[in-house]
Amino acid sequence: MSARLKQSTLARSLAVVVAGAVVLLIATESLSSYHNLQLSYGAYYFTVLAGLTVLIGLNGQISLGHGGLMAVGAYTVALLVGNEGWALVPALVAAVVTSSLTGVLVGTAATRLRGPYLAGVTLAFAVGLPSLADKYPATFGGDQGLTINPPVPPSWLGSSFPLERWEAWIACAGALVALFVLQNLVRSGVGRSLRAVRDDEIAASLCGLRVARVQTLAFVVSAACAGLGGGMLAAVEQLAAPGAFTLQLSLSLLTGVVLGGLGSLTGAIWGAAVLVLLPGWSNDIAHSFSLSGNVSANLPLGIYGVVLIGSMLLWPSGIQGGVRALGGRLLPRLAPNRPSPAKPPQGGQT
Amino acid sequence: MRTPFRLVAVVAVIGVLGPIVAGCGSSSNKGSSSGPQPGVTATSITFGTHTALTGPAAPGYSEIAPASAAYFKYVNAHGGVYGRKIKLLIKDDAYNPTNTVNVVHQLVLQSKVFGIFEGLGTPTHTKVVQYLNAEKVPDLFVASGCPCWDKGSSQPFTFGWLPNYTLEGKILGAYIAKHFKGEKVGVLYQDDDFGQGGLAGIKDRVPAKDIVSTQPYQVGTTTLAPQITAIKSAGAKVLVDFTVPIYTAIGQLTSFTLGYKPQLVISNVGNDPTTVGALLKAVSKGKASGTGLIEGAITDYYLPSNTDNSNPWIKLFRRIHDKYDAKAPFDTNVLYGMSSAYTLVQALEAAGKNLTRQGLIDVVNSQGATWQGPGLVPFRYSASDHGGYSGVRIAMIKGGKIVESGKPLTTDPSASGPITVATSTQAAPPASGIPGP
Amino acid sequence: MTKFIDLTLNGVSTGAVYAAVALALVLIWRGTRIVNFAQGGMLMITTFVASDVINSSGSYVLGFLVALGCGLVLGAIVERILIRPVESAPPVNAVIVTLGLLILLQAIAGMIWGNSPRGFPAAFSIRGYKVGGTRLLFAPNDTFIVVLVLGVALALALLFRRTDVGLRMRAAAFEPEVARLLGVRVGRTLTLGWALAAVVGSLAGVLVAPSVFVGPNNFDPILIFGFTAAVLGGLDSPLGAVIGGVSLGLALSYVSGYAGSSLVTLAALVILVAVLMVRPNGLFSIAQGRRV
Repeated sequence: MSARLKQSTLARSLAVVVAGAVVLLIATESLSSYHNLQLSYGAYYFTVLAGLTVLIGLNGQISLGHGGLMAVGAYTVALLVGNEGWALVPALVAAVVTSSLTGVLVGTAATRLRGPYLAGVTLAFAVGLPSLADKYPATFGGDQGLTINPPVPPSWLGSSFPLERWEAWIACAGALVALFVLQNLVRSGVGRSLRAVRDDEIAASLCGLRVARVQTLAFVVSAACAGLGGGMLAAVEQLAAPGAFTLQLSLSLLTGVVLGGLGSLTGAIWGAAVLVLLPGWSNDIAHSFSLSGNVSANLPLGIYGVVLIGSMLLWPSGIQGGVRALGGRLLPRLAPNRPSPAKPPQGGQT
Repeated sequence: MRTPFRLVAVVAVIGVLGPIVAGCGSSSNKGSSSGPQPGVTATSITFGTHTALTGPAAPGYSEIAPASAAYFKYVNAHGGVYGRKIKLLIKDDAYNPTNTVNVVHQLVLQSKVFGIFEGLGTPTHTKVVQYLNAEKVPDLFVASGCPCWDKGSSQPFTFGWLPNYTLEGKILGAYIAKHFKGEKVGVLYQDDDFGQGGLAGIKDRVPAKDIVSTQPYQVGTTTLAPQITAIKSAGAKVLVDFTVPIYTAIGQLTSFTLGYKPQLVISNVGNDPTTVGALLKAVSKGKASGTGLIEGAITDYYLPSNTDNSNPWIKLFRRIHDKYDAKAPFDTNVLYGMSSAYTLVQALEAAGKNLTRQGLIDVVNSQGATWQGPGLVPFRYSASDHGGYSGVRIAMIKGGKIVESGKPLTTDPSASGPITVATSTQAAPPASGIPGP
Repeated sequence: MTKFIDLTLNGVSTGAVYAAVALALVLIWRGTRIVNFAQGGMLMITTFVASDVINSSGSYVLGFLVALGCGLVLGAIVERILIRPVESAPPVNAVIVTLGLLILLQAIAGMIWGNSPRGFPAAFSIRGYKVGGTRLLFAPNDTFIVVLVLGVALALALLFRRTDVGLRMRAAAFEPEVARLLGVRVGRTLTLGWALAAVVGSLAGVLVAPSVFVGPNNFDPILIFGFTAAVLGGLDSPLGAVIGGVSLGLALSYVSGYAGSSLVTLAALVILVAVLMVRPNGLFSIAQGRRV
């Protein structure tokens, strides 16, 4: 039975999701309000990063514009919940739809582009899209953006149910859904076609894969995740404003994906943790020494820069790569009777 | 054998992180406002602020909070307020509203501040106003001139401080209508609540046929050439700048290149001669140097000119600046920070030894309008009115300094509200430099 | 009519600066196949240093030369220490390193010089040329910028096409192993490429500083549009960088003047997409896509 379990991706990912849900449920009960809030941030970051790591790591297309796709999701939720009075879950679904459609547009344009040219277009997208809010201030609230009311916990949870815990539940639920879908996608035929296109486009098209379609699909999947993440951001932070979706956001998403470990969903968890926790830690470090104003204000940024450079020089595969390497060294010691992975055939065959 | 490892890894990550973070996180938030007030002990009061310390919006604004902290240090060195030292936790949001929401939550939930003071920026602070009022956290003296803080009934815990942009626009507009009657007027304004509010005030007083060109610009643009050329071609003899200092300077550079010399009217947000002069000083070897390009500009201000060394408030703040904030230039930003901090201390003194959040709000509502400080005009505080300063005084930039003239003028934010001369005059600071109870 | 002329002149002078940044990016791309996102940070640091030199010595020329010299040194150091380890790694790693460097440089600048921007002198007068009764939106300093940028572009094009050094740089970029076999000191060539690019970037910095001022974040828009211009013109082509830069400057100036300033960044996106759909490797791309 357990062998069957190991084989079936669906069952395995379901088990992971259920286990994750249980752990998160317990965690949200014991965490303080502020930490629950941080958990929400981590959850929506994870959702975006997971999609982005599939796009960059598994499909080999770079995107510097996922902040713009998050903005699409966030504004969709803000408009539907704030102006039209929709409930949150349908609004999140709508956010996934609108961002997926945007993803189709961007992805189709992207199929013709490679490398830095794709980077340039996605960067222009990240910079240009939020300015629509300034162009149509009546609909999008202009520079101030839109505010929505906080999502109210349903009455059957009790009247004193903390808002932050409810927000954490929403965000974690969204993240688990994304995790479930992506885990299955990555292990399926679709995932294999993504990787095939990344590794060798010519060979993939010779095998019958429609390269442009696969690339667009990868973009759509990552856009859907970004839209969901953006929608959850709107729900948790109760805002959608152009100032929240800067180029810096798109670039931090990229750095989060690579720091965590490119191509790995667990890497996306690490990346989300870094994005949420590092600013706070570096701020605390900066203020624990009594430095002059300029130095302590800029030190967190400096630390971030050093972390990025350092991790690329020292652990190019990111945190997950480091964890795997550690695991690879520990596992033979912990389980010496386990058969080691098959060695590649010597000589001759390739 | 990655398959079970992956499963174990995911669950372990969450399972390990959770209790660790929970262990770090101190007591969970049980119950709210009943019981001892957060942020107040027998020896300290803790306030929090969010401001732009880094990023493109930081220039100028990053000086304000440290200047307020310097004033608090001075007060603390002289015994504090009822024996309590005032602590200001300054958090950087880089003018990004998501960060503002994060740091304000951190300040309220984790650092458990007594209140938020001098939250900076409109697109940033509007995102936390609802939260602060729902949690009944005092949100005092927001550092932004948006009329949106002035909602005493729906936002009872939020108070503005500086005269709002529409108010300022009205008074400047009235001045233009009177002294430049019939002249063509062009307006260069920042495309956000600041510029749009100021423009609305100008339009309120200057006849529509005289306003020949209104040109918005986005923050982050590197050139104002399209805007200035449009205003010049429209033949405007008066140019109203609702700009921040950088764009005041860029606009003047472009005007200089074009040989365009209109009468400048600059909002108090963008008039700081120290900042603008530093930007313009270096250009073109003396041909367009220092504040020469804004000499003779009409502006307005609600505090004494930062270069007026005969004014007792300036003397007091300069002393404090030299001791506690010497690295920053003594410009209008530093003056702002200290003046705003003075008002907070006034509020704390008036609230009495038994300090509660609601008590502080009540005292601003009931007594705020009577407080005398460095301001040239009275406050408008009342239960319904949470706006802040009620007007400004017209000034001119002469010799690189803000030179005020005429009487302080007050008005209300409504379009038709009359502009009247302020009846109160600026009182001298208390001898200790600290407001009494 | 004057509006059109003024917008055109403004477009040319801002475009020249985008072209200079684009040239630096093209230089690094041709030399190491890496996009240097830290270009804006590097030129910001050298401009700050130049500003300090000018303020203390009173000499613009000295400051100018110091800026170029600092650029040379900074470019070489960055390549040797930070970029060398990731040159053979997947390209996204180099992207992260350069992004990290950009952030670090902005933080360092903030720590040393503070966040308040300062002015920077122009080499020549900024009073517009007088034609007929009016002054144009083009001054002697703008002529200086345009001439200098064109000169640098020409010099780079000649460097790559006509000199041994240029040939070695191109070889080291495309086929490092083969180049090594033929005796090219690949490492040194790459360092030289980065150093030269940093010099070009520093030049762009001192040219644009009078109009955007010097601050940790003041060069960000220049970098974004410079990168867009480089992509537009084709990352392999110095001529493309210049044409891309000037065209972008002109187009955005017209958009800002006729359609409104809020549409500028969107217009950049539309232009870029339109061009790349037709020429996926930029206007002056050399490499053509493989088709099977």
